[in-house]
Amino acid sequence: MAYSDKVLDHYENPRNVGSFDKGDPSVGTGMVGAPACGDVMKLHIKVGEDGVIEEARFKTYGCGSAIASSSLVTEWLRGKTLAEARQIKNTDIAEELALPPVKIHCSVLAEDAIKAAITDYLAKRAAQ
Amino acid sequence: MSRPIYLDYSATTPVDPRVAKKMVPFLFERFGNPASRSHSFGWDAEEAVESARAQVAQLAGADPKEIVWTSGATESNNLAITGAARFHRDKGRHLITMTTEHKAVLDTMRHLEREGFTVTYLPPQPNGLLDPERFAAAFRPDTVLASVMHVNNEIGVIQDLAAIGGICRARGVLFHVDAAQATGKVAIDLESLPVDLMSFSAHKTYGPKGIGALYVRRKPRVRIEALIHGGGHERGMRSGTLATHQIVGMGEAFRIAREEMAVDHERARALRDKLLAALSALEETYVNGDLEARVPHNLNMSFNFVEGESLMMAMKDVAVSSGSACTSASLEPSYVLRALGRPDELAHSSIRFSVGRFTTEADIDAAAALVTRNVRKLRDLSPLWDMHLEGIDLSKVQWAAH
Repeated sequence: MAYSDKVLDHYENPRNVGSFDKGDPSVGTGMVGAPACGDVMKLHIKVGEDGVIEEARFKTYGCGSAIASSSLVTEWLRGKTLAEARQIKNTDIAEELALPPVKIHCSVLAEDAIKAAITDYLAKRAAQ
Repeated sequence: MSRPIYLDYSATTPVDPRVAKKMVPFLFERFGNPASRSHSFGWDAEEAVESARAQVAQLAGADPKEIVWTSGATESNNLAITGAARFHRDKGRHLITMTTEHKAVLDTMRHLEREGFTVTYLPPQPNGLLDPERFAAAFRPDTVLASVMHVNNEIGVIQDLAAIGGICRARGVLFHVDAAQATGKVAIDLESLPVDLMSFSAHKTYGPKGIGALYVRRKPRVRIEALIHGGGHERGMRSGTLATHQIVGMGEAFRIAREEMAVDHERARALRDKLLAALSALEETYVNGDLEARVPHNLNMSFNFVEGESLMMAMKDVAVSSGSACTSASLEPSYVLRALGRPDELAHSSIRFSVGRFTTEADIDAAAALVTRNVRKLRDLSPLWDMHLEGIDLSKVQWAAH
């Protein structure tokens, strides 16, 4: 399968790899996927007092398209409010990376990771 | 740009230059139809075809009269299984095979199920080998044929044909063997092996693509129904003008395979051992399939916590294949690795390396270095690797399957 230049770029130079302290109340964690399915994404967002995402980091087990999808969303998330972040759709990711149909699930997983990270962050805030 | 290192000999092999040289005259000067009985063009082509038939027979310890030319192992498998099942349909309609067979066998079986046959699909043991006791227990009074491959294409394990065939013989059941991956890698002696039908391919053994053969035992005579009808070539079992140049190529390839098998084998073993030693230095690697009952040309390894396709993407200068779902359109990981009972994630993390006649030590060194570097790189990216380092048992985690 031929990969798009953007997938190759993110795969070869992944942005924002890593994690934040899970215990930090300003951090939301989204872990989606399953090893048995061949991909697992872990997304961390660090949210400021103003409700704006300051930084995002990822670690991904999966194919090149899954790695590229998660790397891309860490770039997109920075500077977005949670409401804006929720607006990121898998189709935007798939279009940006020119994913073939068989790889669309990678972009779906990335969207799920964003939603899971936001939900986790809000749950933490509510618990405080 | 330099060409990638080729470590995918189980997919196909290059045509040996000696083979190509033998083939060329039959495309032009010696172009006759071997079925032409009235002139020297035909006689010359026929002689070349018969000489190649003898070369193919010799590699397998068969009589040349037992060799039927086909277009490849897929056709041979179709002809053997469908042909024998249909011929004997009034005797019984039960067939036995393994879940780890090639699709050319499995899909033929599926097709026969639609024709009213019943098929038992036996799983292998965790090492990939068929348990003879379990095999013997699968027989029914109406069993007419069993099909078990000689060497598995994904994991390279060698089935015990003498034991399995013996069980078939004792019950008067036909035994078919897909030997596409075996020729030139393991000695085959059909004179002593209890095998009735055996499929061969040229292109896995340094011959051209598009040509294969089916061994059909004569003593006792095995009867099959033809699938391709026409001029009655190949004693009615497979009609169609013979592809003289392809046949000559397969003959020469099998001659070389027989003469050089011992040398090829030792070279492959040395290269495989070198690769295995280098890759085993990485943590959390697993060899898929038995390491002893295995052709040395194949090394199928899982690199835990790294997904196979992303690893192949990282080592684009090495041509290999993976059991990862992402390399297939179905999104299912390799059915062969799953049949071994390994967790799905190990199937997703697998790479098949297969070495051959033109693989060098330098190829192995370069490939091992690339794999090692990229497995480390991808583990640094892998949340599963982090969890493993933290001592979390991944099998106990509740994953949201998707």
